[in-house]
Amino acid sequence: MADTMAASTTARARARGGRRLSAFLPGAPQLAAGRWGAGGLALLVWLGCLWVLVARLARVVEALGGSWDERLALATLVAALATVWGWSWWDAGRAEGPRRVGVSQWDLAVRAFSKNRTAVAGLMVIVVLYLIALLTPLLAPHDPALQGDLISERYVGLSGAHPLGTDQFARDVLSRLLYGARISLLIGFVSVGISVTIGTLLGAIAGFMGGILDGIIMRVVDMVISFPQLVLLITIIALFEPSIFLIVAVLGLTLWPGTARIVRGEVLTLREREFVQAATALGYSKRRIILRHLIPNALAPVIVAATLGIGNTIVLEAGLSFLGLGVQPPTPSWGTMVADGRNVLLNAWWLSTFPGLAIVFTVLSFNLVGDGLRDALDPRLRS
Amino acid sequence: MTQHEAAGAAKSAAKSAAKSAASSAATAAANSAAPSAAQSAARSAANSAAQSTEVEPLLAVRDLRAWFLTDQGVAKAVDGISFAVREGETLGIVGESGCGKTVTSLAILGLLPNPPARLMDGSSVSFRGQELVGAEEKRLRALRGNEISMIFQEPMSSLNPVFTVGDQIAETLRLHRRMDRKAAHGEAVRLLDEVGIPEPGRRVDEYPHQLSGGMRQRVMIAMAIACAPKLLIADEPTTALDVTIQAQILELLAELRRAHGMAVMLITHDLGVVAEVCDRVIVMYAGQIVESGTVEDIFVRPAHPYTRGLLASLPSVGTPGRRLASIPGTVPSPLHWPEGCRFRARCPSAGEGCERAQELVALGDGRAARCWRVGT
Amino acid sequence: MTKYLLRRLLGAVPLVLGIATIVFFAVNLAPGDPTLYFLSPGMTQEVVEQTRINFGLDQPVHVRYARWLGAMLTGDFGYSFSHSRPVLDVLADFLPNTLLLSACALGVAFFFGILVGTYQAVRQYSLSDSAFSVVLLFFYSMPSFWLALMLILTLSLFARNVWEWPIWFPASGMTSTEYDFLSFGGQVRDRIAHLVLPTLSLALVLTAGIARYMRGSMLEVIRQDYVRTARAKGLSERVVVFKHALRNALLPIITLVGLYIPVLFGGTVFIETIFAWPGMGRTIVEAINTRDYPLVMAGSFFFASMVVAANLIADVLYAVVDPRIRYE
Repeated sequence: MADTMAASTTARARARGGRRLSAFLPGAPQLAAGRWGAGGLALLVWLGCLWVLVARLARVVEALGGSWDERLALATLVAALATVWGWSWWDAGRAEGPRRVGVSQWDLAVRAFSKNRTAVAGLMVIVVLYLIALLTPLLAPHDPALQGDLISERYVGLSGAHPLGTDQFARDVLSRLLYGARISLLIGFVSVGISVTIGTLLGAIAGFMGGILDGIIMRVVDMVISFPQLVLLITIIALFEPSIFLIVAVLGLTLWPGTARIVRGEVLTLREREFVQAATALGYSKRRIILRHLIPNALAPVIVAATLGIGNTIVLEAGLSFLGLGVQPPTPSWGTMVADGRNVLLNAWWLSTFPGLAIVFTVLSFNLVGDGLRDALDPRLRS
Repeated sequence: MTQHEAAGAAKSAAKSAAKSAASSAATAAANSAAPSAAQSAARSAANSAAQSTEVEPLLAVRDLRAWFLTDQGVAKAVDGISFAVREGETLGIVGESGCGKTVTSLAILGLLPNPPARLMDGSSVSFRGQELVGAEEKRLRALRGNEISMIFQEPMSSLNPVFTVGDQIAETLRLHRRMDRKAAHGEAVRLLDEVGIPEPGRRVDEYPHQLSGGMRQRVMIAMAIACAPKLLIADEPTTALDVTIQAQILELLAELRRAHGMAVMLITHDLGVVAEVCDRVIVMYAGQIVESGTVEDIFVRPAHPYTRGLLASLPSVGTPGRRLASIPGTVPSPLHWPEGCRFRARCPSAGEGCERAQELVALGDGRAARCWRVGT
Repeated sequence: MTKYLLRRLLGAVPLVLGIATIVFFAVNLAPGDPTLYFLSPGMTQEVVEQTRINFGLDQPVHVRYARWLGAMLTGDFGYSFSHSRPVLDVLADFLPNTLLLSACALGVAFFFGILVGTYQAVRQYSLSDSAFSVVLLFFYSMPSFWLALMLILTLSLFARNVWEWPIWFPASGMTSTEYDFLSFGGQVRDRIAHLVLPTLSLALVLTAGIARYMRGSMLEVIRQDYVRTARAKGLSERVVVFKHALRNALLPIITLVGLYIPVLFGGTVFIETIFAWPGMGRTIVEAINTRDYPLVMAGSFFFASMVVAANLIADVLYAVVDPRIRYE
């Protein structure tokens, strides 16, 4: 009895110490406790945002009365700082006693995922990328559309003023790269959202209803899948006027068959599985079976497919932009930037190289997280 | 039949000539359901005779310890077991799942995956005087499927689905007997016939999925005896089969043992199977041998409480109305075997003295049990 | 077997027709009048109307669809405006080049993908396994057009002009300008040299995907009981892996052929454009840009049909390799 009292007192004392530390270095107590994923991310975001606040103070002040995306960036900055600080304070303050150890599928999955170092690293990169995309107006060293002196400042190599050089219009590559992140991440996220929603619905209908409806849906899926995606995309886009909305819509409307196939397959196997049959035998309603048993169980592969799909979509968007069928200039997009450097590879190698690297690392992060999720969500692999 | 095969059969026949009379009589008798006292007595007499003239057993396992080094800790799946298999005899290894039976058999053939499995220092497996632990992979390969062969529990998944059964049998013959394609194919047909597969000429070119479970196990047996091995390790050969098929397969094994004069190491959790075909029995629990002796010893005078528990849980036709007993609890995890006697927690007669680790106590006549009570 | 083949072939027919339909409506329902691109200012209204009638554009969509489908079934794919030749002639010129490039890429990708994936599975958890995994995921995440540019930058431009390596690869076309003056051996070498970079650009991304898949498949198979049986026979590890395990692990890989062909054809659009490779991918992009609709429709239709054919071949191959399906 005395032992546990003493233990809880020291735990509380430690928690108090952790709180004090978390007040000015959020994430540090978690990092000290060996939770490098959460702690590292918190610390990184905290220091990064503080740096923006200090180094770009003038612009932060300006942003108060600036355009909507400047104000959005400002709001993001404040929200990020507040979230990290608040979370770390709350988390460090939790008594160190026996933590509630969850045993639900999701708890197990979360634990398995956080053990996967590369996947956690990928998730960190993604969070930071989205933050960067939102903070860009405050972050970027230059205006991405601002042309420099076309005679002296074209194709300047890596330098202090232009860390990643300049392009054919003497614009700053780093700034354009940062703005380009917005396009890639936005298009990736939204089109996958659309395609996953459509795919899940149609797949669930096909799998659960069966019969003629199933036949029709799956034949359409076969057709769309047989089509070389890119050829279909460029055909449609070239015939209309290219714009961001068109790209999002077309990507969203052409990528759903993969999800539909997965969901249908999952529903079909689940329908035959013992627990669903048990639920039927117990007299549960159809709605309850679909909502409580089928959807949560079919969700895991959809989440994995969606995460991997975002990476895939970012590559596709970059490809369309590379062909001049994607985001139109002067809006910076990574694909367009790679294309810009295509004809001056030998003289200005940085033009194509850095946007490409940005694509690779972004997609790599999504793939790492997707792989991690697949391993974490598959009970057979978890053991 | 090729000349090769004829020579092999003749040789093995000569070797087992001395014992064949006694042992074949015994096994023929053993095919009847329950061993009568007279038969058992005859058998144990044969055994002790063999023991006294014995020079070197066919297979001698000494202090075998196979540990699995895993993330969760060290799983001592097999933790110091010693036994011998004599030429031509059938040794039964009995125990619940997870007691280390299968690991033992894989360790003998050097088939445990390493990592995570490791044979600890001091472990020894000697086959006809050759040490197998730490032996070169090449030497082990020359033995596997040739002098020692093995059949597995799941005939459904133990045959490669993309090759015909004939190809899979012929592969062994071509490897160890250096037969050409045609001769091996012909021998495969003969073997299928020997293990009782009807229309072997047609079946030889079929794929595993076209055969029933019992047929597939017969194919596995044909593959195992193709090179006339000295020792056949059968790991739960009948567990996955229908009861009627089980009896047929056991009968086939006994027949082949007689015909080829090979020793059989029969691993099973089914005491009924042991009673039918075995000469001697080893009872395993928690990675150790808890009792060993002749079939008669084990069935008539079980010494260890675990053996008694196993016997009590066996349904018997002779005594209707008797309540079936069961052993309470489950086999502990090999990651942390209990301190002291490993059976203590489930033992009905556990008490003072059981907190000590138990030694295997010799009881004479090759009997032994791992319980301090039996010596006193 | 024949019955299975026949059933699969019959199933492919509506698929191909459906694809033709998608192609037709995607092109014909797009806003804008295709004739506008072939007219010049100053033409009288009568000439415009006459052109529309010549193209059959005065008819309602369903009539045009029926006519187009009917003509296509008789092998008439129309007339390409930008090439001023029948569409079929254009296809006959460019399709073989694309097939050559795709076949090379597919061969390289499957060979190395299977090799690397098998190696990784056999050496699971080793340092080389993790190292390969990282490198493969890196390539897997890479857009092929960027990889192509980076290969040109390093193995062609920098190798030749900056680092002055003895070996560098040409980055444009199928042959050199002096091709006709080379000896036979020189011609062969010239063609192979021109194939290297485009093939690598297409293949590396696929290799990564195949190797990742192969590793998983091999790991699954290597745990199977029949692999243990093969070891218990006394077979050497090489025979166990490359005969008993590989045959089974390859089964799911075969379906990847059908899955990767569309990706491959999509890739040729970029790679042929970048490397000035005279193939279908580049031709379709040009046709779209010049609004050469008959060529766009025929090209897309051919690409899609080849995907269907590839899937069919993959299925048949699967049946050939897997006796369980063959004797279904």
